[in-house]
Amino acid sequence: MMGTAFYIAAFIAILATVMVITRYNIMHALLYLVVSLLAVAVVLYLYGAPFMAALEVIVYAGAIMVLLIFFVMMLNLGKESAAQEKLWLKPRIWIFPSLLCIILLGELVFLVLQNHQPVSEVKMVNPKEVGIALFGPYIMAVELTGMLLMAGIVGAYHLGRQKEKTLHRFLENDQS
Amino acid sequence: MIVHPTTAGMLLAGVLFVLGLISILVRRDIIFMLLSVEIMLNAAGLAFVVASSHWGTADGQVMFIFILAMAAAEVSVGLALILQLYHQLKTLDSDEAAKMNG
Repeated sequence: MMGTAFYIAAFIAILATVMVITRYNIMHALLYLVVSLLAVAVVLYLYGAPFMAALEVIVYAGAIMVLLIFFVMMLNLGKESAAQEKLWLKPRIWIFPSLLCIILLGELVFLVLQNHQPVSEVKMVNPKEVGIALFGPYIMAVELTGMLLMAGIVGAYHLGRQKEKTLHRFLENDQS
Repeated sequence: MIVHPTTAGMLLAGVLFVLGLISILVRRDIIFMLLSVEIMLNAAGLAFVVASSHWGTADGQVMFIFILAMAAAEVSVGLALILQLYHQLKTLDSDEAAKMNG
């Protein structure tokens, strides 16, 4: 049973990734990338890592995708953006990613309802062991990750800041 | 045909990684290059989780959490860089940035 579920999810993941790298419009690519990440989350669930599957959906398909979509929307300024958005959201565009998402959702609901256990070759690792390992032998790496995130915040703030315009004081007097 | 689950998962991770690699080599739009890096990081994390479930230890999933945090930091800094590049060059073509001087 796991084999069929795995092959469906893997096929959807590869198909969605191929669709990502062949799109010309960035929004269409992002739609397919969300589908690809959800498919990988189902695969993680099948491999006995339900907590990692939840993290994948929350952090990758949630936070990072929202950041990218927000960024792409922000870059498209101007009058034509409204018409362009109407063009982006034609049913032809979103019907296929939605279909793939519905297949994945059906598969996940089916697996949860039948109280799925991994096949014998795959060993289940529950989140408790992960937490013990994370804050036991890997505590130094956790601190390093915190420093990395701090550096990311500072770097993003520094790079994203607009350069402030410095006008000569005569020009400032002219404008006022 | 019976394939061992670890083999199948590793093959899936490899295929996803190669797709991301092809994309980063072929595309010239800089946001697409960032997306390709995300795909490749995701494939690496999948490989770690598959290995973790093969050996029955938690180490691979710990590495997956680190990859997740690293991807979040990477995408925020990358987007800030793209924003700077867009303000300076008025385009998202990465070839334009090759002519950047001063």
